[in-house]
Amino acid sequence: MKINPSSKLNKDITDTSQPWLPIIGNPNCGKTALFNRLTGLHHKIGNYPGITVEKKSGWLRGHDILIKDYPGTYSLNAKSIDEKIVSDMVQGWRDKKNRPNGVIVILDSTNITKNIYLALQILDWQIPTIIVLNMIDEAEKNGIQINVKQLKKHLNTAYVIPASAKTGHGIQDVFNAIIKIAESELRVDSQSHLLTIEELSRPLSEITKFLQQRFDKIGHLPEVDSMRLISESNYIRNIVKYLEPSEVEQLKNIINNTRNKFAETQIPYQTIEQTSRFAYIDLYIANLVKVKKTDDKSPSEKIDNFLTHKFFGPAILIGVLFFIFNAIFSWAQWPMEQISIGVNWLSTQFENLIPDGIIQSMVVDGILAGVGSILVFLPQILLLVFFLSILEDSGYMARMAFMMDRLMHKIGLHGRSVLPLLSGFACAIPAIMSARTIENWRDRIQTILMIPLMSCSARLPVYVILIAAFIPDKTVLGFLSLQALVLMGMYFLGMFTAVIISIIIKKIKKRNVEHSLIMELPPYRRPMFSSIGWQVYERGKIFLLNAGTIILAISIVLWFLASFPKPDDAENLSPRQKIEQSYAGKIGHAIEPIIKPLGYDWKIGVGLITSFAAREVIISTLSTLYNLEENEHHRVSLIDAMRNDRYANGKPVFSILVAVSLMVFFAYAAQCMATFAIIKRETNSWRWPVLMVIYMTILAYSASLFVYQGGQLLGFN
Amino acid sequence: MIVVDKNRMNMKKEKDREYILTELLPGDEAVIVDINNTALGKDRLCELGLTSGTPLRVVKFAPLGDPMEIKIRGYHLSIRNSMAKEIRVRHRCRHGRRRHEN
Repeated sequence: MKINPSSKLNKDITDTSQPWLPIIGNPNCGKTALFNRLTGLHHKIGNYPGITVEKKSGWLRGHDILIKDYPGTYSLNAKSIDEKIVSDMVQGWRDKKNRPNGVIVILDSTNITKNIYLALQILDWQIPTIIVLNMIDEAEKNGIQINVKQLKKHLNTAYVIPASAKTGHGIQDVFNAIIKIAESELRVDSQSHLLTIEELSRPLSEITKFLQQRFDKIGHLPEVDSMRLISESNYIRNIVKYLEPSEVEQLKNIINNTRNKFAETQIPYQTIEQTSRFAYIDLYIANLVKVKKTDDKSPSEKIDNFLTHKFFGPAILIGVLFFIFNAIFSWAQWPMEQISIGVNWLSTQFENLIPDGIIQSMVVDGILAGVGSILVFLPQILLLVFFLSILEDSGYMARMAFMMDRLMHKIGLHGRSVLPLLSGFACAIPAIMSARTIENWRDRIQTILMIPLMSCSARLPVYVILIAAFIPDKTVLGFLSLQALVLMGMYFLGMFTAVIISIIIKKIKKRNVEHSLIMELPPYRRPMFSSIGWQVYERGKIFLLNAGTIILAISIVLWFLASFPKPDDAENLSPRQKIEQSYAGKIGHAIEPIIKPLGYDWKIGVGLITSFAAREVIISTLSTLYNLEENEHHRVSLIDAMRNDRYANGKPVFSILVAVSLMVFFAYAAQCMATFAIIKRETNSWRWPVLMVIYMTILAYSASLFVYQGGQLLGFN
Repeated sequence: MIVVDKNRMNMKKEKDREYILTELLPGDEAVIVDINNTALGKDRLCELGLTSGTPLRVVKFAPLGDPMEIKIRGYHLSIRNSMAKEIRVRHRCRHGRRRHEN
C-alpha cells in the first residue's frame, strides 16, 4: 500500500472505484473521534445540498481506502433529514455496485443494548461489518463487562473490536480489520437478527415469499423488508425501481391484504420490526452485558441534581450564557482591532507600492477591504465554536435544551436554539454556524433565519450615531435616559419580531411530527482537547474558504459600484462628487423615489447599498458624501453634517422621524454580505440566503414605511 | 376455601393499576405496558428500547415542568410531556416524594 498523496483529497468522493467504508453509529457514540483517528489530518468536509448536514470523508491513514463519516442515527427508519442521508445510502446497497467493501458500526460500550439496534439493522444487509465497541475504557470504569466472544457469535460478524477513540486503545485492530476487509471479497451469509413469534411471521409469509423469489433483484433480506413494508407506508418506494410495474401492483395488493389480516387480529403491526429486534436483543444480547450494580445514581445524575435543578439549573444556565455572550462580545474586541490595524497597515504598504490608479484602488479598496471584513469575524467565530464544542462534548448542551425546551417550543423552536439566537446579539456569523448543533434540520433552518433579526454588534455604531444626533438627551420618568431607552427598544424590536415570526411559522406549518424532542441526555464527559481543537480549526477553515470567497466577491462588486464609471476629470473632483457619479451614486438617485416614502434621500440610498458590505459601512459612506475628512472627530462632524443637511426647499433631510425610520430599517434589513455568505455555506443552497434577504427587506421596508408615514400622520416631522 | 387477605388484594390491585407516564413522580419506577398506537413517533421510542415490559425510572421534570427525563435501559432520555402521555406503565414503585394518598 502506498502513502496517499494529498492531491487525492480533491478527487470526487463519490468515486466508487476505490474501496470505501462508511462509519455509522448513534449520535454521541464517538463517531467523529474514531473518524479522526482513522483518517488523521487529511479529510475533506463538504455539505449535502440544501441542508446543513456535513459530509466528511477521508483516506485511511497511508492507504487508498476511503472512510466516509455519516451523521449519527438511531435507526435506518429515518426521522430527520440527517438520518435520511444514512438510510438512503443503505437502501442504495440493494444495487451491488453501490455497496461498500465493508461497514464500520460504532457502539457506545456503556450502553450496548440501546446502541445495538442500529447494528442489527446494518448486519442484516450482509456486508462485512466491523463492530467497534467504543468507550470501552469508560464502560470498564463503570463496572460494565461485555462478553465479546459471545457477542461476536450472536452477531455473526468477523470483527467485534473493543476500542477507545479517546485513548487510542484498539484503534490498530480496527485499522487492520479495515485493511483486511478492503483487500478481500468477503461474502457474508447470516441469518436475520430478528426474533419473530409465529403469530407475527405467519401473516407476513405471503410478502416474504414474494420477496424471496426476487431476492437477486431486491438484494436485502426478505424477512426485514416484509416487516418494514407493512409498518412504513412509503417504504415500498425503496423497492419499486427493482421490480416490473406489474410486480409492484402485485406487491401492493399483498401488502394491503396483510395489513387487513393484522388489523383483524388487532396485532400492532406498526412497530413489528422494533418489537422483533428488541425481542432478539433481550434474549441474546442483553445477558452478554454484565453491569456491576454499584450505585443506582450515576455520577452524571448527581451532577444533574445541581445543573438541571429547579432553581439552580436555570440560574447556572443564565450564568453560562452570560459568560459566553460576554466573551464573544469583549474578548474578541482586541484581536478584531489587531486585525483591522494589520489590514490598514497592509493597505498603506500597497498604496506606497502600487502607483495610484485602478489597480491600487482595486487592491486596497476592493480586495484588501474584502479580506479585512472576512478576517475580522474570525476571533468571534473561533471563540464561539470553542465554547460550543465544550458545551456539546461535555453534555451540557443537551441539558440546556432540556431546560429551555418549554420556552422555545412555545414559539415553535427547539431548546437548542437558545444559544445560537443569543449569540446573534454579538454577531450573526458565528451564531449561524452554531445552529448546526440543532439536530432537526427544520428547526435549524428556522433558527438560522431568525438569527439575523437579533441586533448584532455591527448595528450598534449606526444606532449610537443616529441616537446621538437626533434623539433628545432627555430623561423620562425622572431617571430613565430617553436615548438609552431608544437603544434598548431597538434591541427588543428585533427580538420580539423574531418571536412573532416564529409563532407565525409554527401556525402555518402545523408539524405532524412532534417527536423533535426525543433527546438523549448523554453522560457528562470531560471534553477532549484534540476534538475541540479540531472543531475550532475546521469551523475557522470552512468560514475562511467557503464564506470568505463569497464575501470577497461581493466586496469587489461593491467596490466596483462605488468606483466606476471613472469620470474624465477625476483629478478635480472631491470624493463626494466621485461617489455621486459612480454606479452606487446613480443607484442611490434611482432608488430615491422608492425610499422617499421612508423619509430617506439619495445619500441614505447610497449608504443602504454600500452597507451591504457591513452595516457600519453606512457611516463611512455618509462621511464621504458629506465631504468629511477621516479623523478622530469625524463622528462628531458627521452628526453636525446630518443635522445641518437641508433639501433644496430648506427642509432638513434628517429629523427624529427619519432617524427612527432608518434605525428600524437597520434593525430589520439583511445588510450583511457575511451573513448572506455563511447561510449559503451552512445550507449549501442559494435558496435560504435569498429568502432571508427578501423577507428581511420586505420587513424593513414596510416597518420603516409604517414608522415614517404613521409618524407624519401623528404630526411628527 | 381460601381466605384472601383483603389488604393484599388491594395492594395487588394498586400494583397492577395502569398509569400514564406523566402521572408518576420523580424517583418512581414502573414497567412499560405499551405506547398508544396513535402516538406520533412511537416507532422511534420503540427503537430507543421503550418496548413493552421494559422497566424505567422517572428522573425529573425540567425546571419549567416540561419535558421530562427518564432512565431506561441504562441511559437518560428526555421526552416532551405530550409524548409521555401516550406511554402507559404499571407496577409503579414509589421512591419519590409522596403525593397526597388518594
